[in-house]
Amino acid sequence: MCRTAPRPGCLLRKEELFEMSNLISGARMLLECLAREGVDCFFGYPGGVTLPLYDCVFDHPIRHVLVRHEENAAFAASGYARSTGRVGVCCATSGPGATNLVTGLVDAMMDSIPVVAITGQVHSKLIGSDAFQEADTFGISRSCTKHNFLVKNIADLPQVVHEAFYIASTGRPGPVLIDLPKDVLQAQSHYAPVGAIHLPGYKVYTEGHTGQIRRAAQMIWDAQRPLVYAGGGIIAAGASAELRQLVEITGAPVVCTLMGLGGFPGSHPNFISMPGMHGSYAANMALTNCDLLIAVGVRFDDRVTGRLSAFAPHARVIHIDIDPAEIGKNRVPDLPIVGDARRVLARINSVLNDLAPRSAGLHAGARSAWWDEIRGWKKQHPLEPARSETEIKPQHLMAEIDRLTNGRAIVATDVGQHQMWAAQFIRFDSPRLFLTSGGLGSMGFGMPAAIGAQFAHPDSLVVAIVGDGGFQMSIPELATIANNRLPLKVIICNNGYLGMVRQWQELFYNNRVCAVELSTFPNIEKLAGAYGIAGRDVNRVSELRPALEAAFASPEPQVLNVQVSSFENVFPMVPAGAAISEMVLGPPQPVAVPAAK
Amino acid sequence: MIQVISLLVENKPGALMRITGLLSARGYNIESLTVARTLDPTLSRMTIVVDVDPALRSQVVKQMNKLINVLQASDLTESPAVLREMVLLRVRSSIETRTAILKEAEIFHARVVDSSVEGFALEATGDPEKLNEFIDVMRAYGDIEVTRSGLVAASLEQKKLRLSPPVPTSKAEAAAVGANLGDKQ
Repeated sequence: MCRTAPRPGCLLRKEELFEMSNLISGARMLLECLAREGVDCFFGYPGGVTLPLYDCVFDHPIRHVLVRHEENAAFAASGYARSTGRVGVCCATSGPGATNLVTGLVDAMMDSIPVVAITGQVHSKLIGSDAFQEADTFGISRSCTKHNFLVKNIADLPQVVHEAFYIASTGRPGPVLIDLPKDVLQAQSHYAPVGAIHLPGYKVYTEGHTGQIRRAAQMIWDAQRPLVYAGGGIIAAGASAELRQLVEITGAPVVCTLMGLGGFPGSHPNFISMPGMHGSYAANMALTNCDLLIAVGVRFDDRVTGRLSAFAPHARVIHIDIDPAEIGKNRVPDLPIVGDARRVLARINSVLNDLAPRSAGLHAGARSAWWDEIRGWKKQHPLEPARSETEIKPQHLMAEIDRLTNGRAIVATDVGQHQMWAAQFIRFDSPRLFLTSGGLGSMGFGMPAAIGAQFAHPDSLVVAIVGDGGFQMSIPELATIANNRLPLKVIICNNGYLGMVRQWQELFYNNRVCAVELSTFPNIEKLAGAYGIAGRDVNRVSELRPALEAAFASPEPQVLNVQVSSFENVFPMVPAGAAISEMVLGPPQPVAVPAAK
Repeated sequence: MIQVISLLVENKPGALMRITGLLSARGYNIESLTVARTLDPTLSRMTIVVDVDPALRSQVVKQMNKLINVLQASDLTESPAVLREMVLLRVRSSIETRTAILKEAEIFHARVVDSSVEGFALEATGDPEKLNEFIDVMRAYGDIEVTRSGLVAASLEQKKLRLSPPVPTSKAEAAAVGANLGDKQ
């Protein structure tokens, strides 16, 4: 199903195109444009004003996936996009349909995910009259999209659709919304293929400045304690091979942000781990002590940097990003390069190679001492999954998933403690495997995102790891899974709490634990069973491995409700406002670790 | 700190909303904003004055430049530029002070646009500080009502307008596909 060429039978036939008497509706024209953009399926929920569209979907080869809530249509489109790199498409009706998309759009905006949202709008003559199911979708979506369109004339429709896909997928990707009044969907017109997209004000910088690239290569060879800080931009640009090459030329260690996991192979010897609030001791100490930070496709997010003034305090910074506005937003770099990570890294690599004969051995001693230091930190406080004989530790659950998936499965998560444990203990050896709501942190993301990914990769193992809180936000989507017999595996990391909120209440609000206990949880066998899906409780440590193995081996959807220890918290932890070197390493006696420098 | 930004914007629905929305979303305060068409009726020129932390000045312009309808955003705060504003001012005055008011208006190159027994309506243009002084002076003569136009600015440097060329749709489709192929190392 993962194809880019239009499906056979999708497009209008030549004679249909040139037959002047052949009028087609706006709705049909929209599907024609989607087909030309290579869309094979989209996620949506119909309503009054999108009826003309669904009348065309009825016998069109592009597959429409009916979700059970519009927010999940946006998340599924995002999961589709995150796992393929292609534009994910979602669709909703006017008013409530469109407003329900908002969370998913902001989520895609924060994580730079290419999504095109199509919303119905009331008849253009009724816009502004407070008509039934009218909402100012154009105004509402302004701040949650990279760009948005309101089409008032069918003649503009093809141009707008192609522009939307172009904007969503190029430069720094992001969501684009197209609002279509019912009369535009109904209007009849001739379809004229769009020859060119003309967006004079839309600037995409890809190549990077040649002089800056040369200087960057020189700085990299000159550094004694270099560190690569790689983010989601590596994945968006498809720059994994180039990053790997850079690391292999220079021998530099790598940390990947939550959004960057998989952008560099998790099993590679140069990979340290994720840094930041719940990053490893070694990753945060490496950031604190490096003398050159090679930041690629990252935005110096507060969850990574902690207190900004104490972030990589000894480092000169090379910042490579496709978005000029990210340069200097949080940390002023010593050397900015605006460009596509893949192009820029490839060019840096070639200069590095040119300079290697003179420069490669320059700081061999210092660099091997730097690696010794990093290995020392890893040994001092390794990221080890907690284990117990009597109860399933959530970290143990993640380690088991890691063992069984071996860095190759697509894993989508929700948000909270389980998300951090998944990031800490599951390896990802290629990009586009770890799908998580990073910037916005929206609960209820995991299951619909996994659904989207499974549609794009019908034969791959797709696992949704969700908390008991997030799961209860996405239960309706069990119907979508059952409907389409998706072989999705839903693993509920169930501790009976909104764990991350409780962790903060315990640590920073004097243990006044409030409104976080999820004491009523449905019987999973009955709940999943009601949808015709196999659901199973996993309570004992001895059951865990066989249950996971059986679920992963099954060609059917599976829901496992894994009872994990209730009071486990995520460590290491950098308290809000602290420097990342001031980690709290464990629960009983919080130990503040001073920066080793 | 006050920052003056000059924008060349495509005259498309929602363009103004995008700009003001961006400013408010990022927490910048708009001091004044003027918009009007340029010689090319499909484009508008906007001058925005924002109150912003000096460290964030380049960030504001960069965010503006990211907007798809913005062809060019430039910071004129410290570059050579002419900054002008117009004020319409009504002053109520007694018969005795009328001559003095006219004298004062002349000093500020203000024109009388209406005259009545209650007082005058005056029109003055100039840079904002000069207008502030003018208003202060007029206040001394009686009750005043003031309407200011907001700042308009013209750069005195030739700013090269860099526009993106049209992209053939097939290439646009290819670019999207290429981004995807890049991952399959």
